Amino acid sequence: MSLAKVFLGSLARRRAVTAFSFAAIVLGVSLGMAVQAVHEAALAEFGRGLRTMAGEADLQVVGGRVGFDESVYGLVAGQTDVAAASPVIELEARLAGRKETVQVLGVDLFALARVTPALLPRPQAVAGKEPEPLAALADDTAFLGAAAQTALGVKPGEVLRIQAGVEVLPLRVAGDLPGMAENPRLVVMDIAAVQQQFLRIGRLSRVDLRLREGVSPEAVRARLQALLPAGVLVEAPQAAENQAANLSRAYRVNLTLLAAMALVTGGFLVFSAQALSVVRRRTEFAFLRAIGLDRRRLFSWLLAEGALVGLAGGIVGAALGYALASVMLSVLGGDLGAGYFAGLTPQLHFQPEMSALYVVLGVAAGIGGAWLPAREAATVSPARALKAGDEAALMQGRGHPLLGVALLAASLAACAIPPLGELPLGGYLAVLLLLAGSILLLPLAAGALARHLPLRGAVPGRLAVARLRAAPGHAVVAAAGVLTSVALAVAMAIMVTSFRDSVNQWLDQVLSADVYLRAGTAAGGAYLDDDLQQRILAQPGVAEVDFTRIESLRLQAGQVPVALIARPVIPDGRELALVGPTQPGGGADHLPDVWASEAVRDLYGWRTGQRVEVPLGGRLVPMHVAGIWRDYSRQTGTLMIDLKVYRELTGDRLVNEAGIHLGPGGDAAAIAKTLLDSVAPGALEAALPGEIRAISLRIFDRTFAVTYLLEAVAVLIGLAGVAASFAALAAARRREFGMLRHLGLTRRQVGWMLAAEGALAAGVGVLGGLVAGGAIGLVLIEVVNRQSFHWSMDLHVPWVSLAVFASGLVALAALAAVLAGRQAMRQEAVLAVREDW
Amino acid sequence: MNKRSFLLALAALPAWRALGAAPLGPGAPSAPAAAGAPVAARPGPVVFAPVLRGRPLFFPRDHGAHPDFRTEWWYATGWLQLPDGSPLGFQTTFFRVRTGAGEGNPSSFAPRQLILAHAAIADPRLGRLRHDQRAARVLGGANATSAAGAGYSSARTDVHVGDWSFRQTDDSGRRYRAEVTAEGFSYALNLAADAPPMLNGEGGFSRKAADPKHASYYYSRPQLQVSGTLVLDGRTLPVSGRAWLDHEWSSELLPEAAQGWDWIGLNFDDGSALMAFRLRGREQATAGRGKSDAALSVATAGEALPAQAEALWAAATLRHADAALEILSPQAVAFTALRRWRSPRTGVDYPVEWQVRAGARRLHLQPLIDDQELDSRRSTGALYWEGAVRVSEGGREIGRGYLEMTGYSEKIKVG
Repeated sequence: MSLAKVFLGSLARRRAVTAFSFAAIVLGVSLGMAVQAVHEAALAEFGRGLRTMAGEADLQVVGGRVGFDESVYGLVAGQTDVAAASPVIELEARLAGRKETVQVLGVDLFALARVTPALLPRPQAVAGKEPEPLAALADDTAFLGAAAQTALGVKPGEVLRIQAGVEVLPLRVAGDLPGMAENPRLVVMDIAAVQQQFLRIGRLSRVDLRLREGVSPEAVRARLQALLPAGVLVEAPQAAENQAANLSRAYRVNLTLLAAMALVTGGFLVFSAQALSVVRRRTEFAFLRAIGLDRRRLFSWLLAEGALVGLAGGIVGAALGYALASVMLSVLGGDLGAGYFAGLTPQLHFQPEMSALYVVLGVAAGIGGAWLPAREAATVSPARALKAGDEAALMQGRGHPLLGVALLAASLAACAIPPLGELPLGGYLAVLLLLAGSILLLPLAAGALARHLPLRGAVPGRLAVARLRAAPGHAVVAAAGVLTSVALAVAMAIMVTSFRDSVNQWLDQVLSADVYLRAGTAAGGAYLDDDLQQRILAQPGVAEVDFTRIESLRLQAGQVPVALIARPVIPDGRELALVGPTQPGGGADHLPDVWASEAVRDLYGWRTGQRVEVPLGGRLVPMHVAGIWRDYSRQTGTLMIDLKVYRELTGDRLVNEAGIHLGPGGDAAAIAKTLLDSVAPGALEAALPGEIRAISLRIFDRTFAVTYLLEAVAVLIGLAGVAASFAALAAARRREFGMLRHLGLTRRQVGWMLAAEGALAAGVGVLGGLVAGGAIGLVLIEVVNRQSFHWSMDLHVPWVSLAVFASGLVALAALAAVLAGRQAMRQEAVLAVREDW
Repeated sequence: MNKRSFLLALAALPAWRALGAAPLGPGAPSAPAAAGAPVAARPGPVVFAPVLRGRPLFFPRDHGAHPDFRTEWWYATGWLQLPDGSPLGFQTTFFRVRTGAGEGNPSSFAPRQLILAHAAIADPRLGRLRHDQRAARVLGGANATSAAGAGYSSARTDVHVGDWSFRQTDDSGRRYRAEVTAEGFSYALNLAADAPPMLNGEGGFSRKAADPKHASYYYSRPQLQVSGTLVLDGRTLPVSGRAWLDHEWSSELLPEAAQGWDWIGLNFDDGSALMAFRLRGREQATAGRGKSDAALSVATAGEALPAQAEALWAAATLRHADAALEILSPQAVAFTALRRWRSPRTGVDYPVEWQVRAGARRLHLQPLIDDQELDSRRSTGALYWEGAVRVSEGGREIGRGYLEMTGYSEKIKVG
């Protein structure tokens, strides 16, 4: 007997329903796959770049962005455990008159050979002349790998103009970097030239160390660390890679979680399709059982149906995922628009293990969806099933309300779990428990809703309500999928709205000046020197200027540096977006105040009023935490201190930005123009607060573009679930429709009845989804975001959009139900009734 | 001797090639400073101190470095004897180079002065050289005294790069110590002179070409007594022997026509010593190539390879056992190749056996081992032959010394 034809063939007979389930699994798998593949590609590329650059270094001495005093080099290089040491000064510099930045490395080519030979510059012949052997030591030459020469449009012998301070520095391209041919934005110069041209005399960013054979890097690390000044740390080269992975991991896990939800929704779709199909084939199964098919084999075959859909969906989804990934890479970049891996051009590689995993996930969704219906079909006794008219038995009863309540309670407890390895696993667990609990409570909710709906009005509506009362199982099956997808969409909407509104408010608070001036990106080579600062102050119409120095510090080995913002701070900190109580004034010891961002509080445990030590100018400076503030622009932590204090401690007079407050009669545009015209074109940027706000929000929206996409997909899947379950149901209810037609209902009325049923089922799901989604949204805001990004935000519920979304979804569900049931309605009424006898 | 500037040329540094061609570094026609003012004030072209005839050498001051000149080296070579009596050759070379770059740069990393060093051991049991090299810029500021950096003293012989050093250990300048820790070998050797420096050329003014601007200040310390320890393959061995030290500095050493040179420094058993060199023009470099070994097996004077007769310049200093110096004219010096050896690694032919005529002397040079080629093109770019030789006259061994040959590779290119 060919059972395969009986069971798997049934998938082909209900093509539309199968196609919906298949599509849902494809979507879930492909989205998850794509997010994962893109991220792996970006991380691999990032790591490869770091490893090439680290070469044979066993350890690296690193500091913040300002680097550290160059005497550290002599100190570590002279240690007996150190076989070779290579000093490096590194900065980001903008191309003159352009937006792009390049990574400038100042190296000592004699030290490179034994530590990081990949960075060795190679002088090249120019215009037929011999290569200049000394070119790599000159103070006006630069070396670029082949990819960088292409990307920046320069060839050996030509001039590369980059910005140093607000000046333009013309550099002769004297050759290439054979070991760094593929890096598109690396510029290598002599270390002394970089120190001089970028005003970094006496500073180093990094010392790469190769240790003597046979010594343990860990032991040497501890020994060296003891010798170094505060804020200068010894790290293994892979630390930077791990830090980058950590930085983007939270973001990536969030996206993957969304994809996983799409997959779960897909599993629900399989469930609803199978549940209804199984009901319809009850008689068939009873016959099979009667002629000798045992319970277990029936169960296995029904699982196989789900598995087949899952397998097909998994394979197609994985393939589609790769296609999607390559599109995402080219459109959004390696970080999906989030800005973690600027300047990388990752290559997508086929990863067999990962693809297999996602196919398995697809199969699991299929089997998981088919499990309950299969068990139910297998447990029914053949004799009972052979009696006709038992379809209503589907999903009877109240579900498992107690278990549901228990799960909801457990989700509350899960929120209290602290982050594991910087991942908000407790938050995710809470989200899953919330979903599962709500679904288990769904029958109860459907029953309650049905009891409270009035049995009045037009016949089709009354019929629909009566049906919901009598047989809520059908509606619950359709509603479960809707609930899942709605909950997800609503949660995301609440989270994103709260975030966006909070960012908007924050920008208001942060952008207090009338016009902002800055020299390129804060990352490196650009600054406003003393002279320019004086000129800004001297402009007529300028009342006050907030000069801002942006640097970075290392508070702890293995951690990403925290940003240090030095600017004039009002003593009570009221300009900052403060969170919680403040204690300005330096405490009992009258120490300098430091304002810490939320990430510093979470990552380093700093509390308001605490005495802390901040590595500044090569020593640990005791400071007083005056308060905690919100910094949405950095997730790795920010310290803010007064510019005066910073200058006293470091002697650094440079600044990166100037926030100009206008006096009476001050004209922002005119002042900006005067200052911009006084330097090389493109060396300075001026922006009005409104522009900065618009750009910031645009970046925000781009970052969340992917989540919007996932939300839309989840909603589509939910709708598909409604359509699928009604398609299956409608086929099973042909006799019922025939009977109704006999009783005098028009086809139109049957259609209205189906619409009302669809709307009711979807309504149950949407209501449940709104409640569950609200709860999940809270978990996202209060647990997931706090733990992964260290950002708090104020709750903003987009009531109007949610109402529009919910009613739209109900209407769409009604339409889907009608469309799905149309085929069954079209049949001749008499024929349909007769079929049964 | 001029031999070393060759190495410098290859070590990505200026020497003879740069002389006739583009001026160096800051003086070069650089990028037009059209857009924006130049960030740093550009100094004018670097002026290297000239080598002038008649400037006498003063000791011990002139044992130290002369940083105003472009290139300078301390070059110790010699024979060592292991406790079992077997011979080894050694070479320790420190170069100081003023690059002309970074002169106006306040950075402590400004690459004004570089120190490069080469060390080699010629080991007959191995059949080739063990060698290693170091290079670093001379640091200023806080790192000037760093153990990792490089440096020199202008007051006395004291030059180091990392943990390699060559230092004068007494005030009068008769004792030196060379310390090298390299890949596969290391040594610490004490060298002692029993006579004042041997001034080459006209009282230390050593011409390299017909044009007197191509010249150097140059003195040698022959007959140095060596004692110390050598670590080979992890075994520490006491060694003793005889060595030779050259100290030479200049700014415009070689005429552009020079392709390479041959140099010898020989310690005779009777206490006398001979330094001789010749510069070869371009056509001479390849003249003998491809000759069959049969033609070279004839070890009699006058029958050697004909195309090698003419040299661009040659010179010799003979110190007699009674310390009297005899300066030989270019015409009195002739190098004649007797036997060639082809390097299996690089395919370059080197004449490894020579007949040298210096005045009335006819010396026959035979290498300790044929393969004393030093190939460090991958790091500093140098490819040359520097090796221990035995000297015989009239069929009798009369001394030992070192032979250096450069410019035999057709590919003298910066790596």
